[in-house]
Amino acid sequence: MSFSLPTGRRRRRLMVIAPTIAAITLLAGCSSSKKSTAGASSTAAGTSSSAPAPAGSTSASAGGSTAPAAAGCDAYKDYPKLTGKTVTLFGSILPPESDSLNKSWADFQNCTGIKLAYEGSNDFEAQLGVRVQGGNAPDIAMIPQPGLLQKMVQLGAVKAPPAAVVANEDKYWNKDWKTYGSVNGTFYAAPLSANMKSLVWYSPGAFKKAGYTVPTTWADMMTLSAKIATDTKGKVWCGGIGSGTATGWPSTDWLEEVVLRQFGGQVYTDWVSHKVKFSDPQIQAAMKTVAGWYQNPAWVNAGFGDVKSIATTTFQDAGKPILTGKCWMLQQASFYGAQFPKGTKVGPDGDVFAFFLPAMDPTVSEVPVEGGGEFATAFRDAPEVQEVQTYLSTPLWATNRIKAASGWVSANQGVDPSVYTDPVDALSAKYLTDPKATFRFDASDLMPAAVGSGQEWKSFTAWFAEGQSIAQVAKDIDGAWPTG
Amino acid sequence: MEAALQGLASSMLVPASTFSDSAAKIGNVLEVVAVFFAVVLLVFYVAGKASGKLEKPVAIVVFLVPAVLLLLIGLVIPAIRTFYYSFYGATSAKSVGLDNYKWAFKTPAIQTVLKNTLLWIVIAPVLATALGLTIALMVDRMKRQAVVKSLIFMPMVISFVGASIIWNFVYNYRDSSQPQIGLLSKVVITLGWKHPPNWILSSPLNNFLLMVIMIWIQTGFAMVVLSAALKSVPDEIIEAARVDGAHGFRLFSSVQIPMIRSTLVVVLTTIMIATLKVFDIVRTMTGGNFKTSVVANEMYNQTFVQFNNGHGSALAVILFLGVTPLVAYNVIQLRKERATR
Repeated sequence: MSFSLPTGRRRRRLMVIAPTIAAITLLAGCSSSKKSTAGASSTAAGTSSSAPAPAGSTSASAGGSTAPAAAGCDAYKDYPKLTGKTVTLFGSILPPESDSLNKSWADFQNCTGIKLAYEGSNDFEAQLGVRVQGGNAPDIAMIPQPGLLQKMVQLGAVKAPPAAVVANEDKYWNKDWKTYGSVNGTFYAAPLSANMKSLVWYSPGAFKKAGYTVPTTWADMMTLSAKIATDTKGKVWCGGIGSGTATGWPSTDWLEEVVLRQFGGQVYTDWVSHKVKFSDPQIQAAMKTVAGWYQNPAWVNAGFGDVKSIATTTFQDAGKPILTGKCWMLQQASFYGAQFPKGTKVGPDGDVFAFFLPAMDPTVSEVPVEGGGEFATAFRDAPEVQEVQTYLSTPLWATNRIKAASGWVSANQGVDPSVYTDPVDALSAKYLTDPKATFRFDASDLMPAAVGSGQEWKSFTAWFAEGQSIAQVAKDIDGAWPTG
Repeated sequence: MEAALQGLASSMLVPASTFSDSAAKIGNVLEVVAVFFAVVLLVFYVAGKASGKLEKPVAIVVFLVPAVLLLLIGLVIPAIRTFYYSFYGATSAKSVGLDNYKWAFKTPAIQTVLKNTLLWIVIAPVLATALGLTIALMVDRMKRQAVVKSLIFMPMVISFVGASIIWNFVYNYRDSSQPQIGLLSKVVITLGWKHPPNWILSSPLNNFLLMVIMIWIQTGFAMVVLSAALKSVPDEIIEAARVDGAHGFRLFSSVQIPMIRSTLVVVLTTIMIATLKVFDIVRTMTGGNFKTSVVANEMYNQTFVQFNNGHGSALAVILFLGVTPLVAYNVIQLRKERATR
């Protein structure tokens, strides 16, 4: 599966334009990166929050220059002022979501004088490789796949985080998250957002009208699907895996959810590390479960056509038939809420809402939660970059971002749950912090990039679109696993 | 159609951040271009000061050195490196001999890629040229041919990516019981084909559907060049042929075609070279899925998605070897044409 919140929100309009823009930026980036490195030769080691703050200073405008933002700057008094410095950020989050990012660090920019220049690309996974190998890396990349993070570390391009980031990581996140931001035991990147994948979108109104109740076990969900199919003589589930160059990722989520539910967290972890191969009987069995669910010709693809149409339906479009009553359920992550048209009411008594994709067997895992997130990875270790990195790892930034706009959840435990205004965000946060939860990061994000954002997407697309056999899909993916 | 229109309308609303982003980028590009021109002007100014004996050698150096240098940096050295890497493994660390080439010719998925590329270079250029020639002939004696020509030439102005987005909507699929947003589906349903296929999924048809985009773009180019060539055939020859009794198709095949043969070949090979490098259309329309990938796209995938330098380089070399004879032939024909003038 794949993507974290940002990628998830890609918009079709931009998908193709991105490479072009990126090409232009390659040119443009040359001039700007030169400028910024020139000024950055000073002591790089000092971390921002541990740096000596001006003793007894009451305002943050210690720099002496005319600082207009006096009001909210108390919270930023630990961050030394570095007026005129620019930190470039690169991620897969596109407008309008990236506007919320810009909003979230507006105060930080005002109070510290550091300019944060964010750039989003819909071809992020491919472009980051191109830029880093081309010597034009961003200062900080928001990498949604730990597999890609690993690749970047192997290229020798990633800088170690300052001590303050490590301290925040230990204080505010549970240990699992630290492993996800580490490569071979060395911690590199703190998480930014978290997202919840184990959700099913549905229409509360339609369910109520037809007298259906939200299923609480996997078996219930299957019974309900069969019942809806007979009751309505129509399709039940809708889905779409089209996503430009990332086509296929939503289908990898389906398998991951099933593996976690059918065989539990340990098998899942071993599968991620390729100790359990795709050709393993357990994974093969899980793929068959997926085939019985999302490739069931009687159940999919509601509102679009046959099973194969899943491959040509963009994931953005996939859930729209829920609003017109043509589709009953869609398995998709929390961020999908943003895809519904403006004016759609999301909530327990709204037009659409989500329920937790139920467990299969409580003895295997009681509350199986699959999620994702992205990690702030630094490619430069100038003081201003480290300062931004530190800020992004604080509950302060997470809270600012949550307040900027809904549709964004943090696994940062320092965040007060009451700041969530959106019911889906609150629902996601509830499961992400459930003590009984078996939380696993998106497997395809953890696998080596050649598989997790390469062959697996391709082969799964062929599985859905061309009816390629489960055995062949497994063979191709196992074959693409990098050796040593 | 309504849904499609709504989609279009909403995509018009570009958020402010996108605008300021692009403004900065455009500014940067302009900056680079300005610096480039300043340097060029400076060099020319200094070189212009040279006189007498020095004049000629200085001129040669000034004109030749930048070109040779850029060619070396941008083309020759990368080409040699790519060739070298194609015998090395994924990380270019250890030699694997011919394994990458074996992989390219033995893996079924890559065989499909090579087969598709072959289909592309044969079909798209031939159809585009044939269509262009036909239109050039038909338009030749028409009133207001400028209007017709402009209309047909217009797709040439659209980038491959833009054209692909347009055609993506044309080929869009919805089950026939649902409201249609794809033009092609809607048209054939109206004509009575009740259950049209999911176009972009129907292999091998989808390859041809993608070629249509290329043909749509390149026909205008072929038409304009061939139309000019047809006009340059001297009237006396045509008249003489008419007097000898050649009309219609006979006149066309025995007189006009031989007269514009070299132009025809140049047009054909130019489109072929463009086709060999086709990447944007495939990447935009299908991302190389559904058995539609071509060498250029797969090369990019192997290098930048799978991070396999060896595979990527091997495909690049195969592509290069494929283009070279065409380029050579193209150049030879161009020279011949120049010689006859």
